[in-house]
Amino acid sequence: MSSATTARSTQVTVELRVNGRTYPARLDSTTTLLDALRDELHLTGTKKGCDQGACGACTVLRDGKRIVSCLTLAAQCDGSEITTIEGLAEDGEPHPVQDAFVRHDALQCGYCTAGQVMSAVALLREGRAGSDDEIREFMSGNLCRCAAYPNIVAAIREVADS
Amino acid sequence: MTATGIEYVRPTDLEAAVALVAEDPDAAFLAGGTTELDLALKDQVVHPNRFVDIGRLPLRGVTRDGDRLRVAALTTMEELAADATVRDRLPFVREALLLGASTQLRNMATIGGNLLQRTRCRYFRDPEVGACNKREPGSGCAAIEGVARMHAILGAGPSCIALHASDLCVPLVAMDAEVDLLDADGTRTVPLTEFYRTPGDRPDVENVLRHGELITHVQVPLLPDGVRSGYLKVRDRTSYEFATTSAAAAIRVEDGTITWARLGLGGVGTVPWRAWEAERVLNGAPANERTFRAAAEAAIRDPFTVPGTAFKVELAKRTIVRILRTVVTP
Repeated sequence: MSSATTARSTQVTVELRVNGRTYPARLDSTTTLLDALRDELHLTGTKKGCDQGACGACTVLRDGKRIVSCLTLAAQCDGSEITTIEGLAEDGEPHPVQDAFVRHDALQCGYCTAGQVMSAVALLREGRAGSDDEIREFMSGNLCRCAAYPNIVAAIREVADS
Repeated sequence: MTATGIEYVRPTDLEAAVALVAEDPDAAFLAGGTTELDLALKDQVVHPNRFVDIGRLPLRGVTRDGDRLRVAALTTMEELAADATVRDRLPFVREALLLGASTQLRNMATIGGNLLQRTRCRYFRDPEVGACNKREPGSGCAAIEGVARMHAILGAGPSCIALHASDLCVPLVAMDAEVDLLDADGTRTVPLTEFYRTPGDRPDVENVLRHGELITHVQVPLLPDGVRSGYLKVRDRTSYEFATTSAAAAIRVEDGTITWARLGLGGVGTVPWRAWEAERVLNGAPANERTFRAAAEAAIRDPFTVPGTAFKVELAKRTIVRILRTVVTP
């Protein structure tokens, strides 16, 4: 995109690369990545909880690292590789973390689950699943108001040990 | 999605970025976004008309220059915590980083942005609250009479008790870190202990930065040989919470005597707090409980408290005693 400022514009043209696909989009400049994913790309797996960086429901991966999409502008992600919950399955098979969440009943209402799963996938890559305490500490950015925490920890533990 | 009327630009070099902010009093730098987007788009208590996105400028990474670390301002909190030199030679900086925010936010938030984070005072962050001298100079302070558990007792006064909530800055002020600044007129370097301004009668002025001036690097001296360090954060829940009180200590003990001492405090100051008086008590004194308590008494002298923050006086002293005890005990 151009950084020319001759004509003041509050619109941006971006190329969002999400789950291996490229989506060109023309957006209001302050559209968050979260709103762009849900409202423009219709990838509604990513959930809006607090919309203020406090709950982790909107966690996605940007260039492999977990971030909250509510405090990120879509414009800041122009050209970055975004992975959402829709991008985890391979050949129709759920990701091992998704599978473990199902088997451990690691949710109740399910609203936080996409964020929990994305955060857990990143946590495993970071090598921070060495103990239950370590999992709890490094999953603390993802709140679950149903308090499914013991089962979330158990699900992550199982994938880490496998 | 509502249109906010805010322009977004992404300059490709530092000079252009500085110029784009300097030319417009309502323009703002945008780095990690965890503070700026929160305040501008969510709380709507700051009102920029232009975001100058500096996120991809080449200001990232950590280099070692002798006994100093030079941290480029766009390095993220997670990146700095993972640095091998930080791990070995500034362990309490790593501890403070990893006890702050969540992994998601630490992957986004930059070191420069951490230094410039705005207060978590809920009255400052609520545009419905009329009385906030930091937001509207001269309008009063709602926190003084309000819920003030998470507010400051040092550097505070009747005009403002808003806390500087950074964990990272606590060991950084203790280490005599310096910040490199850039604007259209050139560069300058300011000690972090002289970078912040206590509120006085101008709580809206929080630091010495000029409009359009950018933090480019943070320089941190490494701990000398034989010095042990630690960061203790006391808070209302175990993780992902701001400090109620915190302390960063670095101490060297030789033959039972303290020969090198640094102490920074968090959760108590309107600015990241260097406990100079406590260090004077510690230096040359025997490393024992009596010394630690005397240092704590010296650190929390003449606090400005309101009913909500009065408990912090003793809590902060005990936090200091405990981190000193922890650090000197091998």
